Amino acid sequence: MNLPTYPLPDERGRYGIFGGRYVPETLIPALDELRDAYAEAKTDPGFLGDFERLLRDYVGRPSLLYFAENLTKHAGGAKIYLKREDLNHTGAHKINNCLGQALLAVRMGKKRVVAETGAGQHGVASATAAALLGLECVVYMGREDIRRQALNVFRMKLLGAEVREVTSGSATLKDATNEAIRDWVTNVRGTFYILGSVVGPHPYPAMVRDFQSVIGEETKWQLEALEGRQVPDAVIACVGGGSNAIGIFAPFAYLPEHERPRLIGTEAAGQGVASGFHAASVAGGRVGVLHGSMMYLLHDAEGQIQEAHSISAGLDYPGIGPEHCYYSDHQVAEYVPVTDAQALDALQLLAKLEGIIPALESAHAIHQAIITARELGEGKIVVVNLSGRGDKDVAEVARLLTREEGEARA
Amino acid sequence: MTTIDTNPSRIQRIHAAFKTAKAEHRAAFIPFMTAGYPDAGRFVTVARTLLEQADLMEVGLPYSDPLGDGPTVQRASELALAHGTSTRRTLELVKELRQHTEKPIVIMTYINPVYAVGPRAFMRLAVEAGVDGLILPDLPPDEDIEIRQLAAEAGLALTFLIAPTSTSERVRIVTAACTGFVYAVSVTGVTGARESGALSEVPALVKLAKAHTELPIAVGFGVKDARSARAVAVDADADGVVVGSAFIDAVVAGQDLAGLAAQIVTGCRKD
Repeated sequence: MNLPTYPLPDERGRYGIFGGRYVPETLIPALDELRDAYAEAKTDPGFLGDFERLLRDYVGRPSLLYFAENLTKHAGGAKIYLKREDLNHTGAHKINNCLGQALLAVRMGKKRVVAETGAGQHGVASATAAALLGLECVVYMGREDIRRQALNVFRMKLLGAEVREVTSGSATLKDATNEAIRDWVTNVRGTFYILGSVVGPHPYPAMVRDFQSVIGEETKWQLEALEGRQVPDAVIACVGGGSNAIGIFAPFAYLPEHERPRLIGTEAAGQGVASGFHAASVAGGRVGVLHGSMMYLLHDAEGQIQEAHSISAGLDYPGIGPEHCYYSDHQVAEYVPVTDAQALDALQLLAKLEGIIPALESAHAIHQAIITARELGEGKIVVVNLSGRGDKDVAEVARLLTREEGEARA
Repeated sequence: MTTIDTNPSRIQRIHAAFKTAKAEHRAAFIPFMTAGYPDAGRFVTVARTLLEQADLMEVGLPYSDPLGDGPTVQRASELALAHGTSTRRTLELVKELRQHTEKPIVIMTYINPVYAVGPRAFMRLAVEAGVDGLILPDLPPDEDIEIRQLAAEAGLALTFLIAPTSTSERVRIVTAACTGFVYAVSVTGVTGARESGALSEVPALVKLAKAHTELPIAVGFGVKDARSARAVAVDADADGVVVGSAFIDAVVAGQDLAGLAAQIVTGCRKD
């Protein structure tokens, strides 16, 4: 296989005004080293062969492109296909990127990796890749998320990783990311930072995108086989930092405008963008800098970062990757808010109609798929990136539904 | 680079402070304190105590996500923000200090609070408050060329950071962008008091920096007492010694700040 080459970012790691490398100087030589090592690896048949083999034999790729007939009938419009990243080993798209980065860590002679995690999916995928490749692994996770995702914490420990609790700030993904960066600053000479989303300083957003692009590239030939055409009419994915979305968007995003499908990212609107309790960085944020990158960001008038709110820990992040910001500004993709309640309904709907329990994150995209399928009408095709499975969310969903029932009775 | 019309008085005030220290055979003593910590009133008392023995003073403008800082400064920033220490409030506190001192005061903060207000407006407010310079630890100088132009127009000194991981090429780029002094980070890591053995990489870093610039080199991160100050000032021949977390720890423990400052000043002596 080959990793795709895209026109962006520019040589300074910019997507228009977005992106860049806003990090302590200590890390600049490490980022230069990483950029060069990645550029080399990208053209090395040995590296690409290892990556391809692991994606096939270990992750179980290609992931299925499944025609969701019952959901399609329910929506009453365009055909809805689900790209089944939930069937990957470890249960989500995160493993694609982790294997790519862990292979790169080994290639660079690093013995130790660190990672941040919110819902725990990236932490589990990092721990998995580290176990497979014999790397020491430390995962930073906010205290609040450790409580919400106890099962994933135990999985990481079983896989041999050390999970370090983060209590600073809001004790969620943003703070876990701060702490992972601090660890990297301190141990930069021997440690590789496996960043889980298309955020952070250059080259991370580009590298993560390239490793995740397998999702969109597979979709093209799978759709060709099923429908006789590579490009659907709409592609829908949920967006927190935005790695699963970029993985299915980027292979279509640079097509000429008249060939390009509608690309729709669903942001977590929490209790509604107007409520202030949300994680919708495009709909409710302004340009700012976080974790080394210029992006749309939730922050106050004086630049203090605000807490994001979402039912799904994986979307609970106050920023969005720089390439998505560029897509939004240049009308390459649309970003629409989907609330907690809408996502919770969509999760139950997909479970009942298709026998598939999606992750709460992916349920945001399912909600939008029904709307878009109706808008487009029959004869059209919608592909939804089903980025993860809902096993990790079952306890939380049970808690929320029990509470809803209680409120209905009262 | 083209020559830029600058207001030299603030930058000169910084250079003069280092020159005076040098003439007295010592490294300049540069204490750091987070604005509004432990609260607005006590901050002014603490800062004035430190200023008595300081050559320059660094005031931290608290930020929610200080990824270059260790737990001590993180906690101080969180507390200061919880007490409502906004950008405007921080600058009011500097203004208050300015009524008591002519010594240079520089603001240390992250780039997002500067961008949020707008670099031009931020610098105008800083100058009005009596600030002489800015230190931006998450802004490598080649990431934003415009901010250097704006600082030059405002007459504010800019300090960027070098680290033990910096290559000669990075040291050249960073030192060329500094106008006040160069901040050399003593260790690969975040701010915070450490064992003095951690300072082993400082001499080579200071030497490398001096090969590239005539500007004073101040060393920070991990200096906490007379011994570590001496390692930086004498063994590494730095022009300035920055001490932050140790003073915050001393405030927490209710220790004698003037006494700790005096010890560090002793460590800064080169003769």
